[in-house]
Amino acid sequence: MNLNPLFKPKTMAVIGVSLRNDLHPANVIFNKNNNRYPIQTYAINPKGGLLHDETVYGRISEIPEKIDLAVIATRAELVPDIVTDCIKAGVGGAAVISGGFSEVGRHDLQDRLVSIARDADFPFIGPNCLGVYVPAYMDTFFLPIERMVFPPAGNVAFVSQSGGILVDQMIKFKEEGVGLAKAVSIGNKALIREIDFLAYLADDPQTKVIVFYIEGFGEDEGRNFVQAARTCPKPIIVLKSGKTPAGGKAVSSHTASLAGDYESFFAALSQHGIVIAHNELELVAFCEALSSYQKPIGTNIGIVTGSGGHGALAVDACYYNSLTVPSLHSDLQEEIRDNLSPSSRDIASTGNPIDLTGSGTDDDFVLTVRLLSMKDDVDCIMVLLLPYLPGISTDLGARLSAVYKQYGTPIIAYVPHVEKYQMLIEGFELNGVPVSQSIEGTVFMAKALRRISR
Amino acid sequence: MINEQFDNILSKSKVWGWVLEPDAKRIMHTAGLAVPRFLYAETAQEACDFAHTIGYPVVAKIVSPGVMHKSDVHGVEVGIDTDEQLTNTFDRFSTIEQFHGILVEEMIHGIELIIGATIDYQFGPMILMGMGGTGVEIYGDVSLRMAPLVEDDVTSMVQGLKGRPLLEGYRGADSINFGELTRLLMCFSDLVMKLEVSIDSIDLNPVFCTSDGCTVADARIILK
Repeated sequence: MNLNPLFKPKTMAVIGVSLRNDLHPANVIFNKNNNRYPIQTYAINPKGGLLHDETVYGRISEIPEKIDLAVIATRAELVPDIVTDCIKAGVGGAAVISGGFSEVGRHDLQDRLVSIARDADFPFIGPNCLGVYVPAYMDTFFLPIERMVFPPAGNVAFVSQSGGILVDQMIKFKEEGVGLAKAVSIGNKALIREIDFLAYLADDPQTKVIVFYIEGFGEDEGRNFVQAARTCPKPIIVLKSGKTPAGGKAVSSHTASLAGDYESFFAALSQHGIVIAHNELELVAFCEALSSYQKPIGTNIGIVTGSGGHGALAVDACYYNSLTVPSLHSDLQEEIRDNLSPSSRDIASTGNPIDLTGSGTDDDFVLTVRLLSMKDDVDCIMVLLLPYLPGISTDLGARLSAVYKQYGTPIIAYVPHVEKYQMLIEGFELNGVPVSQSIEGTVFMAKALRRISR
Repeated sequence: MINEQFDNILSKSKVWGWVLEPDAKRIMHTAGLAVPRFLYAETAQEACDFAHTIGYPVVAKIVSPGVMHKSDVHGVEVGIDTDEQLTNTFDRFSTIEQFHGILVEEMIHGIELIIGATIDYQFGPMILMGMGGTGVEIYGDVSLRMAPLVEDDVTSMVQGLKGRPLLEGYRGADSINFGELTRLLMCFSDLVMKLEVSIDSIDLNPVFCTSDGCTVADARIILK
């Protein structure tokens, strides 16, 4: 099935607009696309008429142009006939926003819809979903535009079984500066499912990281999904809900008791190189790290800090996340110390963590990170920056990013996220180096990079 | 031929919902897994004769379609040294519900592992391996992978166990034979892929591992 009409439509028809209620989902979708996005958008209601001076067409066949995407937000019972109309009119695909299908027990209605679409090779998302958001291009979410929080455009594609989780994660992406390529809420995933989106996004040039929020797979579907994931060259992250063990469920064998649904899910995905986020903090950190660095790394972490306490907490967090903080070769330690500024040379610790102390300067950080990047002692460098120290300036983000660009050893930074330090943060992020607002977050980022290669 | 043997055992066991231990061990043996020398005995005399053949001490276990978890009904006796003990054990077991007979087998030692399989709804056949014994669900020190396994999976499964140092030879003990463990898991993985449509889950627990090899001391196959 060709999914391009779902993500790259040139024309869109929004079916089910109300002539009286502008908060109707179809109206919200029509208005935002018509007013804000470069897609030619048409409104449809069988009564016809005008909506904000725009023509409302009675049916899709009346629109004088070929429609790539139909966004359907009518009562559920009407949807199968509307999809039939769309197919006859040569529409490329649909997002069925309407609820009222299998999620409320109307499996018959959903099955009818699927069979109509499948017979005609007609792709549709949903039903019972928000549909698609592509930055600066399209937005079928029925949420008024002024209420939404938009992350920057970037390279992460997010496929979510839950619309609410998706919209919420967009807020988190914005807070953490994670760039989004595409977001799609797939609802009941009646026809197009995770594995179809995986195949599409694997070939999508804008997407470098693919993220899924999954509640569950159908029979053997998980097996097909992980086998497809194994051949996908892009990092794949999955957040799964429903981790609670089936406590009390009578099982007759030890194996059945130990290998419950979630254990099998976790094992099968990890085995095939998929990164599993255990919670949304990990999810956002993983997305940010993998959107910068797609190449898997080893487990050795170098920590450069302006505070001993930050370094110690980072070591602890590395330990709990199966990362190692190896001590550095003595000649490397000596070289680092020899090059430090006089203010920190005698009081710095050059083991690992490398504590440049509150007297550390921009130059101290840059040369230390450069020396670490040139050697093989570590696979990834965490820089814990305290912007309130007198020797640290807002230029440091851009300067350290340049070190990464020169040597290619991934750098992950910690900077407290407040407005005051934004220029330092952007110095990193706009140059492709991820920044977390917590020490634990930096460690999660490093953990994402050491995913097993497939 | 092999498949025919499997089919016969599986269809005969269907009525109970699971495969009794002697048959489960026959399947494992046919699939290339080492099992102890054993005899299914319906009389105390048969049991004693076999014990003489293999030599005491022996293990005796209840064989009953009503007893899936033998320890729960004190249906396992280890370290039996004499005909008298074996006969007494036979008599005691014969009072347990749905008694069919007993299984007499040689005593095996080693580190106890569990090796198992389930057919997961979403992912199909899954293979489990970990520290075995009766406390397996309490410690939960196990690794799980989607089948069929490749040899690298076995290596990473061992690495994932907290008990790995015990397998590698803790405090002067010999390391278990990882080559044999790998061979066993690969054979087991092949078997599980063959039996996928018929089984719900399999427990091989314990599997005794030593520097020489790995022997399946108990096997339970639960049918769909």
